[in-house]
This record gives sequence, C-alpha cells and structure tokens, in this order.
Amino acid sequence: MRRHQVLAVAAADLKRLFKSRDYIIPLAILAGLFFVFVPGIMLPLIGATERSPLMAQIGDVIGTLPQQIQENIAGDTPAVRTAYAFAVYLLAPIAIVVPLTISSAVGANTMVGERERGTGEFLAHSPLTVQEIYMGKLIASLVPGYLATAIGFAIYSLIVNLTVGRQLGGWFFPTTGWWYLILWVVPPFIAIALAVILRLSARVRSAAAAQQASTLVTLPVIIASYGIASGLLYSPAYSALIVGAIAWIVAILLLRSGARAVRRERLLGVAADA
Amino acid sequence: MNESMVPAIEFRRVTKLFGAVRAVSDLEFVAPTGSVTVLLGPNGAGKTTTVRLTTGALTADAGTVRVLGLDPSDDEQGQEIRSRCGVVPPKPAFYDQLTGWENLEFAAEIFEAEPEDARDAAARFGIDHALDQEVGGYSTGMRTRLALARSVIHDPDVLLLDEPTAGLDPESSRAVLDLIRDLAGRGRTIVMCTHLLHEAEGIADQVVLMDDGTARAAGHPDELAAAYMPEPIVVFDAEDRSVLELLADLDGVTSIHRNGSVQVTLDDLARLPDMVTMLVGAGARLTRVERVIPTLEELYFRMQRAHKDQP
Repeated sequence: MRRHQVLAVAAADLKRLFKSRDYIIPLAILAGLFFVFVPGIMLPLIGATERSPLMAQIGDVIGTLPQQIQENIAGDTPAVRTAYAFAVYLLAPIAIVVPLTISSAVGANTMVGERERGTGEFLAHSPLTVQEIYMGKLIASLVPGYLATAIGFAIYSLIVNLTVGRQLGGWFFPTTGWWYLILWVVPPFIAIALAVILRLSARVRSAAAAQQASTLVTLPVIIASYGIASGLLYSPAYSALIVGAIAWIVAILLLRSGARAVRRERLLGVAADA
Repeated sequence: MNESMVPAIEFRRVTKLFGAVRAVSDLEFVAPTGSVTVLLGPNGAGKTTTVRLTTGALTADAGTVRVLGLDPSDDEQGQEIRSRCGVVPPKPAFYDQLTGWENLEFAAEIFEAEPEDARDAAARFGIDHALDQEVGGYSTGMRTRLALARSVIHDPDVLLLDEPTAGLDPESSRAVLDLIRDLAGRGRTIVMCTHLLHEAEGIADQVVLMDDGTARAAGHPDELAAAYMPEPIVVFDAEDRSVLELLADLDGVTSIHRNGSVQVTLDDLARLPDMVTMLVGAGARLTRVERVIPTLEELYFRMQRAHKDQP
C-alpha cells in the first residue's frame, strides 16, 4: 500500500468536508453542545444552587452509591460533590457519543458520495488499489471525529477545571480513568462503527440510505460504548485496558474485512448489489 | 515481442452482463498502437462499458481483454494499465467544493505526476485561468476542459475519451480533436466514443460501429465505404438541368436521386467518361461532375440498415 496515495485520497476528502459548511456546521454544533454548552451551563449552575432542595436530593442519590464510588467523588459540600460527579462520571460518555456520531456521519457519506457525485468513476479508472481507496476513506472519516474529540475534550477539561476545580482547590481533570477512555477505549469503538458503516456505504445506493444504515449501526455501538465507558470510570484501570484491547482486536478484524466491500464497479455504481 | 508491435487494445469475444442485460456481447476489436479508434454507436450500444472494461474498472464475464499486452482484470497488471491510461468519462465529475487546481493536484498525486504537468495540461486546454475557482461554479465546457486536462497529466499511452466534446463550444471541440491528432501523431493510442459522426470524420484510423453491445463492423472509413457502399456515387449538375434526365436511361446507372443536382449511383466508375461525353453531345453545359465520398454519417446509416436487414 502506497502511503502517499492513501494520504492524497484522505486529504482530498477532508478538504472537501471542511469546505462543506452545510455538513461541517451541524457537526460543530453537536460537538459544541456536548463539550461546551452543557458543561458550561450545568456545572456553574450546580455551584450556584448549593442550598436548593434539588441539590440536597442529588446529594442523597450520591449517598446511595457504593462506598467505593463515593470515595472517588471529591468535594466537601453536596454542591461540589454533585458537580464533580457530573463532570467526571455522568458526562463522561459524551466523549464517545460525539466522535462516533461525527465519524459515522462522514463515513456514511464517503463511499456512496463518490458514486452519487460521479467522482467514483475517476477513482475506478485510477491506479489506486481498492485497499488504498478504503484506507484513505477510513482516515478521512476518522480524522474529524478524533479532531472533534481532541478539541472538545480540551475545552471540556478547561471548563471543568475552571468551575469544579476552583472549588476543589486546583486542576484535577482529566482523571486517570478519562485518559484511558479517550486514548485507549474511544478510538477502537469509533473504528468498529466506521468499519461497519464503510461496508454499508460501499453497498447502498444513496447517501440517504447510507445515513439511515449508519444510524442503525451507530446507535447500538453508542449505547454499548456509553455503558462501557460509564462503567469503566467506576472500575479499576485494568478494566479499561482489557476492554480497550478487546475492542481493538474486534476493530482490526472488522477493518481488515471491510476493505473487501470496496470494489471498482461499486464506485461506478453499476454493481448488481450497489 | 516488441511492445510497439503489440496491439494497444484487444477485445476477443468479450461479454459483460449486468444481471440479465448484456451490456457488451461477444465484442471483438483491435486498436493498433498509435491509432485513433472511434467507437460509434447510439446510446446504450455498450461504448462506455467498453471503456470501463479497458481500464479494468469492470471485469469481463467472458472473453479476453488485453491492454498494452496486459490483463486489466489482474490486480497488478490492471494497476499498470490504469497508470498508463487517461480517461475522460461522459459526464466528468469532480470534487465541486475544491478548486480546479486542487482537483488537478489530487489527480497528479494519484498518477505520480509533477504539479508542473498539471499546470501544463490545464494551459493546454485553456482552463488555467480558472484553476483558483471552485469547480462547483464551472460551466459544462469548463468541466470538460478540466477533465481533458486531468486525463493527460501523466502523459498516458492510451487515451480513452467517452463523448469528450459533449457540451463543448465549437472552438473547444476543435481543440479536443486537435489534441487527438496531436497525441496520435506522437504514437499514443486513442479510443474515442461518440455518436457524433462528423467528429469521427477525418481523425479515425478505424471506426468500430457498435450496437447492442457488439461490433457490427470495424475498419478504416475507406474500407467500410468499400464494403458497405461499393457502388460509386457521382453528382452531376448543369446550366440546363433538364438534360440530366437522360442519365436515368443509361446503362450502369443503378439509382438516381434528384435534389436540384442529380446524384447517380453507378455499377462501375469506368462508365463515367462515356456518360460525360454523351451529356455534352446532347448539348449539356455541365457545371459539376464529382464523385461523392460517403460521409461517416451515410456509412453509419447504411451499415445500420444492412445489419437490421440481416435475417
């Protein structure tokens, strides 16, 4: 596989994507909503409602959690403990939802889009191998998701540290569990969803069908990963390492077999099943 | 065998099916290296599928395709073929959000050509002034010119042009035909699909008449004329056209067509001097006596008729 050609395919797709405002703006809004708006509003609000009955109720709920988890929740007052719990545990799976949604949206369009626009004809007649095309498309689909995660996560960390961290006496975020989640667990889940979506995208006839199919695929993956991510934050670090390793193995297997879905006649839109 | 002696493109009894539809059926033709082959036929004749089979973008269900002596259905050989072919599809498509230059640069990277080659190709087709614009804002003619530029960036050995002048103004169409002549003069092999007969006129070394996915006839236009319009046609005109009615009763005239002047079909061109002598003897002041070379259009329809009349 020729790296230069793979990167050329990915770069062309990414340039196109970042120039498509009608595509990039909704995705940016989604990332902004989860990483900036929700924590930016909710965490200061929790701090400001320290004496409210609601805060007391949330404090009671936290008090019912297992002792091991309660020990991990920092803070001296109910409001700080609630804000900490929200920042570190309840909003954690956002780190999965946003990149998965963005990468899925891009991935769903990338193959079928070539066919719909007619640009697949150029790729089909080109000396690119199908593996190079697949890998280029995969990179182009992964980059926006990871980029959104990196930027969003940095902003989220800033908001958490400026709001909750100030009350705790210093910057504490990201916690160890979050690092494992972001660097080890999220990437293979995105890859799993993309491997399936790229296969579907290579087969279906229209971008609309690809989007629908991708929703069917990503929803269970999001739910599963949400649950796993939430659970991992309460669990010892080795749990995240094991789950991440398993997810990586599944992702690699799926990605390897996914390349077979790309065929020149599908790029032309004349395959019997395309 | 020396590569130059190998036919650039060879189709032997090639069939391509799309479900129950035979897009190409037992197709046979050979495009010699350095020649201009025109695939002529109505829409749905299988021309585009033939181009796609040539590069290996599609794989034949039966028969043998060889391009530059290589098998396009083989992964490695197909890659070699595709790196030596330039293709202009019937509806050239680009990444519309990217500029013309970004699209050409992408193609240059894929074909491992230099950026300077992309600029030269753009200049050659007069699209270099618009390279900074997004392709989404291009007219049909500009897109076609960009597609032509993209197809020659890597100086291909084989150029496959599928309706390359569709949507072009006459000036640009002429530029395309000039390019074909130029490339053929430099030893490149050209295959052009068209249903515009006048375009094939004068540039085709070989015409392949396609219909229903198969080659109905193939050969140099003169050979085809000899095969399908063997009887010479001569046009006569005179100051007093009534004298020309005498032609109808002469031996050797197989048909006569009046359209102001008189067009007669002869069984043998050797009869012409006697006919002229007779008309002059009858007092005719002839203003025109000219043998008609059949146009491709006349040939095309004659061939179509001949094949439809076959049982």
